[in-house]
Amino acid sequence: MIAKVRAAETPNYLTAEQGIRSWLLTTDHKRIALLYIAAITFFFMLGGVAALLMRLELLTPTADLVQPETYNKLFTAHGVIMVWFFLIPSIPTTLGNFLIPLMVGAKDVAFPKLNLFSWYLFMTGGCITLYALASGGVDTGWTFYTPFSTVYSTTHVITAAIGIFIVGFSSILTGLNFITTIHRLRAPGLTWFRLPLFIWSNYATSVVMVLATPVLAITLLMIVVERVFQVGIFSPWLGGDPVLFQHLFWFYSHPAVYIMVLPSMGVVSELVAAFSRRSVFGYTFVAFASISIAVISFLVWGHHMFVAGLSVYSAMAFSFLSYLVAVPSAIKVFNWTATLYKGSVSWDTPMLYAIGFIGLFTIGGMTGLFLAALGIDVHVTDTYFVIAHFHYIMVGGAVMGYLGGLHYWWPKISGRMYPETLAKASALTIFLGFNLTFFPQFVLGWLGMPRRYASYPPEWQFLHIISTAGATILGVGYLLPLVYLTWAWKFGPSAGPNPWRATGLEWQVPSPPPKHNFEVTPVITRKAYDYAGMKEELRLG
Amino acid sequence: MNSLDLLPPTASTYANQLNDFFWVMVAVCAVVATAIAIFLIYCAVRYHRKDPDELPEQIRGDNKLEITWTVVPAIIFMGMFGWGAKTYFDVEQPPVNSMNIYVVAEQWMWKIQHPDGIREINTLHVPIDTPVRLTMISQDVIHDFFVPAFRIKQDVLPRRYMTIWFQATKAGKYHLFCAEYCGAKHAGMIGWVYAMNPADYQQWVDRGGGEGSLASTGEKLFHQFGCANCHRYEGHGPGPDLRGLYGHQVTLATGVTRIADQTYLRDCIMGDKGGPVAGFRDHIMPTFQGQLSEEQLLAVISYIQAMGPATGTQTPSSAGTTLDDYGRQPGIAEPGATSTAGTKPDSR
Repeated sequence: MIAKVRAAETPNYLTAEQGIRSWLLTTDHKRIALLYIAAITFFFMLGGVAALLMRLELLTPTADLVQPETYNKLFTAHGVIMVWFFLIPSIPTTLGNFLIPLMVGAKDVAFPKLNLFSWYLFMTGGCITLYALASGGVDTGWTFYTPFSTVYSTTHVITAAIGIFIVGFSSILTGLNFITTIHRLRAPGLTWFRLPLFIWSNYATSVVMVLATPVLAITLLMIVVERVFQVGIFSPWLGGDPVLFQHLFWFYSHPAVYIMVLPSMGVVSELVAAFSRRSVFGYTFVAFASISIAVISFLVWGHHMFVAGLSVYSAMAFSFLSYLVAVPSAIKVFNWTATLYKGSVSWDTPMLYAIGFIGLFTIGGMTGLFLAALGIDVHVTDTYFVIAHFHYIMVGGAVMGYLGGLHYWWPKISGRMYPETLAKASALTIFLGFNLTFFPQFVLGWLGMPRRYASYPPEWQFLHIISTAGATILGVGYLLPLVYLTWAWKFGPSAGPNPWRATGLEWQVPSPPPKHNFEVTPVITRKAYDYAGMKEELRLG
Repeated sequence: MNSLDLLPPTASTYANQLNDFFWVMVAVCAVVATAIAIFLIYCAVRYHRKDPDELPEQIRGDNKLEITWTVVPAIIFMGMFGWGAKTYFDVEQPPVNSMNIYVVAEQWMWKIQHPDGIREINTLHVPIDTPVRLTMISQDVIHDFFVPAFRIKQDVLPRRYMTIWFQATKAGKYHLFCAEYCGAKHAGMIGWVYAMNPADYQQWVDRGGGEGSLASTGEKLFHQFGCANCHRYEGHGPGPDLRGLYGHQVTLATGVTRIADQTYLRDCIMGDKGGPVAGFRDHIMPTFQGQLSEEQLLAVISYIQAMGPATGTQTPSSAGTTLDDYGRQPGIAEPGATSTAGTKPDSR
């Protein structure tokens, strides 16, 4: 009782300083995480509105709600915002920023000022790109394929490219910060194989961020150079090669898919362990699966180009490597599932998200096997099959993981519990709405519906109507957590330091944590998820 | 709203082949996914936490299991890879006796040229049971020729010929889409493929033909643009004799060898990456960039393609010394390519 009163009196990271300056000039990783949460939530809603408008347009076979030109700008805005301003920063900059120092027993990240600078870069890039989208839009698609983007598009390609170029540096610096933090700031006794799997997956993500993002930056600069100075790089009219652009673009953008989903996998590892009260089954295999995904992800970019004029033999090599990268993902799914076996499985909201993630990621991964199969890819690439596939990975996977993690750590971040029943209902709404939106798109894709079409043959309208109906439900599902998590921030019941009775270091500090996380640097003597060893502290058994 | 079809029409040999593969994949994945889902739900229900203080048995892993679920999926994946590669190999290799049709894509239409001179826009008429090879090029951005009923798709690039082939099996009218985003009216770059019974097709050809074959158009252009001044039949010209050139290996002055295919000929004419051919030291061929449209280029190339071999009887003094002057090896031509300008393809 006395301890509790004292905990309430000790200022936490939210109350230690007051005023807007204390937020905008903060170097506290936890506050920076909140700045990112605010920013990416804004971008997510913006991207979501673009998606909703597209789905409404697709209710009828003709382009009647918006003009085709507007539709093209909508899907470009949706892709650009969701990829670079939501999915890529989503988990690393929010949960990663908040939790990595806590999980490794550090007071902050290795370079706190650089961390704040990354956020400002993110906002600068975001504003520039938003300006491009608001002042007339961009119609190239998020993929910026040449020579359309360099010679034929009359929209704000250069502005958008510069915005994304800048935001790339935010990614690189965040990755650099995490790598250094994980290498240098681990608490005494916290060896690599005692680290939570969330750290392993964020480490793998950071490596990809640091190595792949510069290639994107260079590629975007080349677009600018070709558009402005007429230097022939990609345009065949200037002696360039348009397919070269695709190689460079996917050399970044395929690994980027793993930037989006690896952190989510880390979250799911934490969730299945905490809500089964067990170590993740096959810890080392899951850890190395993250690393091997990061490595192989650099060797599979050609699978985006099977109909773009690759030679038959290089296509075969890329197909082979794409199957290879599926193996560690399969290993993870099996290990998560096995973690539940003979566990003590609770059905709290974060666990619902984790189970949802495993199911949807499995479907997304398996349809990836179809796309890696050369002959099938010829038919389904550039159709709704691909759209459905990557939304199962990035929304069914990455976003479900993000929301699961947000619910799991919200008591730690805010110090308060969210309304559990409402949260469960919205998790189910999201799951249903998601499947209703995207499963029909697999069928549409196999039927041959090309992507990026504002109008389509009337015989496909029924499936589009189901998809739009699903998207509406999904939209409601996403609004609910926004409302009740905000509500809980102020009015939720106090959470206490460890509401889930989980093992991680982050649960051993008060909620919300004090400004410098640990009063005394912790000394680690146990592996992660050692429920048996922490039996007494957690009052289990 | 129209009737609900959940499966695309299957109207080519390749579509039949791919259907089998696709449905086997669906079956394998559905079985595995269902098994995972059932096990997951079973565990979540069977081991549902009853007591809030419950501490379950601590199991950290099992190496045998790990190896099993690494190796078994890997083997299954290799099977998928092999099957996928085989189908791809088939769709990328047109049979030698294919009928040739040329496709020029531009924002936002498909322009089709048949060898016998028929042109169409946004429609393509083909006979069933005949392998058809499309040679395609774009005038502007990247497009993509996609016929779902045939399960074929191929990006169409500027300045580079791409080919794809199919053999329709069922008469009917099928969607043609542009599948690579190409700008404002991308969704309007659509058309129809009409697969017709041979008799109907012949009727259609008889009705539509008249302008003369593509190769004869090419022949006219060949003279009109002065190609014939240098590339003379007798082989006396400053340029190489083009007879029998098509499909054979060419050694350039740089020592690089290339196959004289459509892309090579296009490169030479447009001054991109072609000659000079070894032995022709004076590289004086002008570029025809901006002078010939993509359609005209295709006509010229199909004329060169249709030229007889250099050893043919129609031209005097073709072999021996004169050819040596220009570094050309006699006997490079291959017998069989005897059709002259204006001859219809064999498949007709």
